[in-house]
Amino acid sequence: MAALSAGKRLKSAVCATEIMVIAAPDGDVDLCCGGAAMTAEGGNGASVDATHADGTAIGKRYVNEDGSLEVLCVKAGEGSLSVGESALTVKDAKKLPKTD
Amino acid sequence: MMLLEMATSGFGERLAFTDPVANRSITYQELYDAAGAAAHDIRASGASRVAMLDVSNLAVPVALFAAGWAGVPYVPINYRLTGDEIDALLDRVTPAYLVTDADRLGHFNGRAGVDARSRQEFLETASASADPDEQRSMDPDDVGVLLFTSGTTGVPKAAVLRHRHLVSYIVSSVEFMSAAEDEAALVCVPPYHIAGIAATLSSVYAGRRVVQLANFSADGWIETARHEGITTAFVVPTMLARIVDALEGERTAGMPYLQSLSYGGGKMPLAVIEKAMALFPDTDFTNAYGLTETSSTITVLGPDEHRAAVASEDDAVRRRLVSVGVPLPGIEIEIRDDEGRLLPTGERGEIYVRGEQVSGEYEDRGSMVDTEGWFPTRDAGFQDDDGYLFLDGRADDVIVRGGENMSPGEIEDVLLTHDAVADAAIVGVPSEEWGEAVAGVVVAKGDAPANAALIEELQAWVKDHMRSSRVPERLEFWPELPYNETGKLLRRVVKERLLAPARNVRAALPLLYVADIERSRAFYCDKLGFTLADRWDADGALNWCRLVKEGASIMLQRAEAADVAHLRQERSDVMLYFLCENVDDLCTEFQGRGLDVPAPEVAFYGMKQLILRDPDGRSICFENPVAT
Repeated sequence: MAALSAGKRLKSAVCATEIMVIAAPDGDVDLCCGGAAMTAEGGNGASVDATHADGTAIGKRYVNEDGSLEVLCVKAGEGSLSVGESALTVKDAKKLPKTD
Repeated sequence: MMLLEMATSGFGERLAFTDPVANRSITYQELYDAAGAAAHDIRASGASRVAMLDVSNLAVPVALFAAGWAGVPYVPINYRLTGDEIDALLDRVTPAYLVTDADRLGHFNGRAGVDARSRQEFLETASASADPDEQRSMDPDDVGVLLFTSGTTGVPKAAVLRHRHLVSYIVSSVEFMSAAEDEAALVCVPPYHIAGIAATLSSVYAGRRVVQLANFSADGWIETARHEGITTAFVVPTMLARIVDALEGERTAGMPYLQSLSYGGGKMPLAVIEKAMALFPDTDFTNAYGLTETSSTITVLGPDEHRAAVASEDDAVRRRLVSVGVPLPGIEIEIRDDEGRLLPTGERGEIYVRGEQVSGEYEDRGSMVDTEGWFPTRDAGFQDDDGYLFLDGRADDVIVRGGENMSPGEIEDVLLTHDAVADAAIVGVPSEEWGEAVAGVVVAKGDAPANAALIEELQAWVKDHMRSSRVPERLEFWPELPYNETGKLLRRVVKERLLAPARNVRAALPLLYVADIERSRAFYCDKLGFTLADRWDADGALNWCRLVKEGASIMLQRAEAADVAHLRQERSDVMLYFLCENVDDLCTEFQGRGLDVPAPEVAFYGMKQLILRDPDGRSICFENPVAT
């Protein structure tokens, strides 16, 4: 469990997934990937929990239920993201006009 | 750097950047490898900044990402500044790792704190094999880019953009890998403009190839857009005006691939955007408003809103064509008075902005953002009932005449509706009676007589359409108004020139006796890019005319047949001499006009010069005022 702030980068302990925090609620967040807590260091040698193995996709943004936590997947992996046991979902891209 | 890393693992084999001048493209993987190798060299140099003093070319994105990789700020510098101005900026960023063009290199030899190399040398260094273990710096609080703001108000300030500001802008406004493989963006804004940096980063994240246009000309832009199958582009208003002019007479722009054209960086005249929408019927237009200090765009008027505004019968909706739209997600806007109090909807005041991408920080001055995260933009404007933002000059442009506040923009808009007016600028000048008085400058349309009668007519026009307090007490005709290169009116310069002490003699205007005035006029206008400012006809034929190119004017006078031979004899010791900013650009322009010109050469006294002859055999010399 750790406090998260925008711009912080974390790695999955059990797969190749890496994320960057875009928005986070105050206080500690139990951000997991593949069923194991994400850390700054990454790989601990354990394997992905089969109930958290839907995978992550590069460039996708993932949010929790109330939208207070948002992370960007910067490297894809086999595990899927969750806070504790509740899975994060892909945030739908809002179509914006090209501006530059 | 993280953005490029993602692009490389997502679509490394795609083409990332094309430099049509060098006829070379690189893929994302090649860009990544080059940035890694260059980062190693930057670290080894011990520099604290990476400075870029060059036009758009492949070294620009390599240096941007390499600086991020090496963990030092990237500082693009305006190559159009004078040598002294450039030196002054460089002194503020030492020790600097400088990348510049080969022509300038000599100037920096042995200069303290500046480790200079040419773009070719830099790209050579960057092609060395990268060390895959080269450590990347990734602190979101590190400074990514230092940008000297355009300086419309004096000494340039260095705006500080940290990685978190830039990444926040890109991640919230661009969808990763959203571009199709054949998409290409034409980037014609210079590397030292925030729009150039934003275009580079967002194209990399979207996977869209960037085609670099080093020196903007309307014909060059049109040709490159057609030739490269450009699908998206960003222009500033003056560029779009020139593109529209160049397409004059054509029914459509002939660019069916161009899906989107966005613009920003200054006020877009209604006539230009309307003409552009007719010329590019299938293109999506987007107006983007943003500042250097806000990591580029903060509000957007989208394509559907453009079309709705043009088609609408409702004045309020139609007026939105000249608005800058609504805030991007995550951006909040407030309009406040000069004491920082929130104003009711519809009232003009200073625009405040808040959001993750807003830096609002300057080097050596700290953050201008208040404790609640609001940044005062110094831009003035108002919002309509649906939240559409309209810009109206700068917050400090306001003229206070006898206690009454008035906006220069309103008066300019009224002047511009007069048939004889091509352009107008209004400023406040000191007045003993009123505190400030309204003064202005007008550019007359080609055939309008720039005389006292027209001034009276324009004063009456303002009085009829507004209030008598708005009538400019002083109004002058100028051949053109001073704009910076991104199309921002330089009111400060207008004011300074208006207030400069009156002199009897202003400037010498060479009067050239020419054997065939139509032939000479065609040469100066069609080949050298002069425009006709004034003419007088006698016996049904042109007798004399005044021609203007930017800051230079000449007069042509028809010579009588008997005088021609005599004049030619007299002419051998006269040279028409023009002081210029950049002779290379002129040479390119003249060649684009079909003129066979010799390459500019550096004279023994260090100035770069281009020498031509006009149809009468008269020598014409264009020279860079600064040793290069």
